[in-house]
Amino acid sequence: MKTCQLDQNRAPLHRALEDYRSRRVVPFDVPGHKQGRGTPELTAFLGKPCLSVDVNSMKPLDNLAHPTSVICEAEALAADAFGADAAFFMIGGTTSGVQAMIMSVCKAGDAIILPRNVHRSAINALIVTGIRPIYVDPGTHARLGISLGMAADDVVRAIRENPDAKAVFVNNPTYYGICPDLRAIVEAAHEAGMAALIDEAHGTHFYFGENLPVTAMEVGADMSAVSMHKTGGSLTQSSLLLMKRGRIDPSYVRTIINLTQTTSASYLLMSSIDIARKALATKGRETFETVCELAEYGRREINDIGGFYAFSREIVNGRDVCDFDITKLSVHTLGIGRAGVEVYDLLRDDYEIQIEFGDMGNLLAIVSVGDTRANIERLVSALSEIKRLHSREGLDLLDHEYIPPVVRLSPQEAFYAPRTSVPIRSALGRVTAEFVMCYPPGIPILAPGELVTQDALDYILYAKEKGSLVMGPQDMNIDYLNVVE
Amino acid sequence: MELWYTEEHTPTVRFSIKVKEQLVSKRSPFQQIDVFDSEEFGRFLTLDGLMMVTEKDEFIYHDMIVHVPMATNPGIRKVLVIGGGDGGTVRELTRYDSLERIDMVDIDEMVVDVCREYIPQTSNRLDDPRVNLYFEDGLKFVRRYENEYDLIIVDSTDPFGPGEGLFTREFYGNCFKALTVEGILVNQHENPYYEYYTEAMKRAHRRIRDSFPICRVYQAHIPTYPSGHWLFGFASKKYDPATDLDAAAWNARGIETKYYNTDLHRGAFMLPTYVRRALEGAE
Repeated sequence: MKTCQLDQNRAPLHRALEDYRSRRVVPFDVPGHKQGRGTPELTAFLGKPCLSVDVNSMKPLDNLAHPTSVICEAEALAADAFGADAAFFMIGGTTSGVQAMIMSVCKAGDAIILPRNVHRSAINALIVTGIRPIYVDPGTHARLGISLGMAADDVVRAIRENPDAKAVFVNNPTYYGICPDLRAIVEAAHEAGMAALIDEAHGTHFYFGENLPVTAMEVGADMSAVSMHKTGGSLTQSSLLLMKRGRIDPSYVRTIINLTQTTSASYLLMSSIDIARKALATKGRETFETVCELAEYGRREINDIGGFYAFSREIVNGRDVCDFDITKLSVHTLGIGRAGVEVYDLLRDDYEIQIEFGDMGNLLAIVSVGDTRANIERLVSALSEIKRLHSREGLDLLDHEYIPPVVRLSPQEAFYAPRTSVPIRSALGRVTAEFVMCYPPGIPILAPGELVTQDALDYILYAKEKGSLVMGPQDMNIDYLNVVE
Repeated sequence: MELWYTEEHTPTVRFSIKVKEQLVSKRSPFQQIDVFDSEEFGRFLTLDGLMMVTEKDEFIYHDMIVHVPMATNPGIRKVLVIGGGDGGTVRELTRYDSLERIDMVDIDEMVVDVCREYIPQTSNRLDDPRVNLYFEDGLKFVRRYENEYDLIIVDSTDPFGPGEGLFTREFYGNCFKALTVEGILVNQHENPYYEYYTEAMKRAHRRIRDSFPICRVYQAHIPTYPSGHWLFGFASKKYDPATDLDAAAWNARGIETKYYNTDLHRGAFMLPTYVRRALEGAE
């Protein structure tokens, strides 16, 4: 366990907003709703306390683009809590954190090594900046069909074959909770003089719970993007970018962030990071002990139903699965003859239970700070009902979600190339100019510059048929795809 | 000094009882538990401030939740009570010699302990040898059984607290599975009058209909519950409570009751027009 140097019971930004409210300031600045007085319906809906601190930056509240007082202090506390040398409050989601990491170490024409099962935010950064991806096959689990974490050997080979690459980008964990050999990968990157950038969107809790997988900051990675809002308890869209000093200069990172970040950063989002950080640092250990117990209980009960397989640490193989995040309640559904996305839809439509996502063979329930035993009972009971009422022989089910990419052009080249729209079935053999993905999880099936293979096409049509939300192309119905001319 | 217990039946409607004495006030891991004594209603139990039972009118609720299904199918042998921590439902069940087993599962042991100590009128038969007490989540308990019970009685709190899971589709489906082919499910079904409760009533009705072929609603008049007009749900795989009532067989048992009788049994299923419409609207 790391120890904190600063007093983690403090929440300077929260306190500054309380002070602001108690001073009853007369606002002749934006936002125009003026502490909610001008928008009665909105204020009745969200509450007066909320609207009264939806304010713009001002001297006593600091400025996110150039923090010198309370935001600066709050960021220092966050860095301390996560064992980082510096931390940046991000209000454009972890997407903005991922993009800032990549743009902090790579420029146009540079190469970055990354697993293909990255979130679209990473590939978006490549489109914007003209960085070349070098994909490492993350591996696929034979039974579960899910993509895994990159094996360290494969990363080492990619580094050797691409010595000019500037960075190695790693998911820790994947959406499903699978962790690679983070320490070995970071060491290999550093030995080759490359930066190690870690997408910890789904790993905030690793920093605070006990017996959870190792974190980016612990192994000395250069930067990490953590979604405070996903499992840390802050508001949606709020996130943190963490870093270690050495290879990258924090003031340069600030400059990169300011290139694309709003100049009207939301104090609702920022204060939620401050308050969530305090709770994590002071009570996180007990919180995640409870979360782990709940998830483990749910897993046992789901496995008792039969048919479903709620997997856990037994899938660790020391290669492309080096650890597993037990707070992720991931369930393999093919045993009852139903695709993950079908069970996901049944849970929502028939049982009013919203889970994170379902794909071809699995679904994922996120268990976090706000969960209760009673809610786990509902999920388990609903799954037992779904098995009773909807089991079938499911021999026609697609069993894998990873399609190996065939890259023909860099994402930027393909995105900006002359393009033509073709019916999706006749896109076979063409190079796509657009993303195609299921959302969630938002991991591209096809990214700009990739060949439309039969596998990819089959997968897209199957996902549509099973009711996944397929998105990316300009054509909202996904009947047409823009391909490079 | 005057001490009054007040429950807000809606944000703008209050119901109050003058209190002689507060007998106990405890907080369990699940809810706030209080017992008061009063002139008009005798002792009464509240959970999270909401009225559960009073000594004076509890007979109405317990008569109606137990005798209606028991008179519909005289062959019932195994019963599961979910909730019912005050013991009143079990007390009425123990009056049937024909019952072999009465399982009661309540999430909150402290409610049962408090009622044993302060409201013996309802809790005095919990030690009957046929009674087995389990303290866990009813939703979890029932999930494990298949073709086990002839009758399940859901004697729960409102669907806005620890009882929420007992108003869900997965719960009713799990109950269906736990019941025998002759099985009956009876549940407290909220009131039809105040909108806040009516929505819960309609949702519950819709969800039960999704699981059971026969689905009826009956009513009783309970002075201390919101609006005084309370509904019960009767769901079943085989028996219709109106046409399958064997009045002679039930009357031959010689069970003396204060509210229930076999004429009222039939009448209780005759619902006011606005209630009928609300239920039809839910289908």
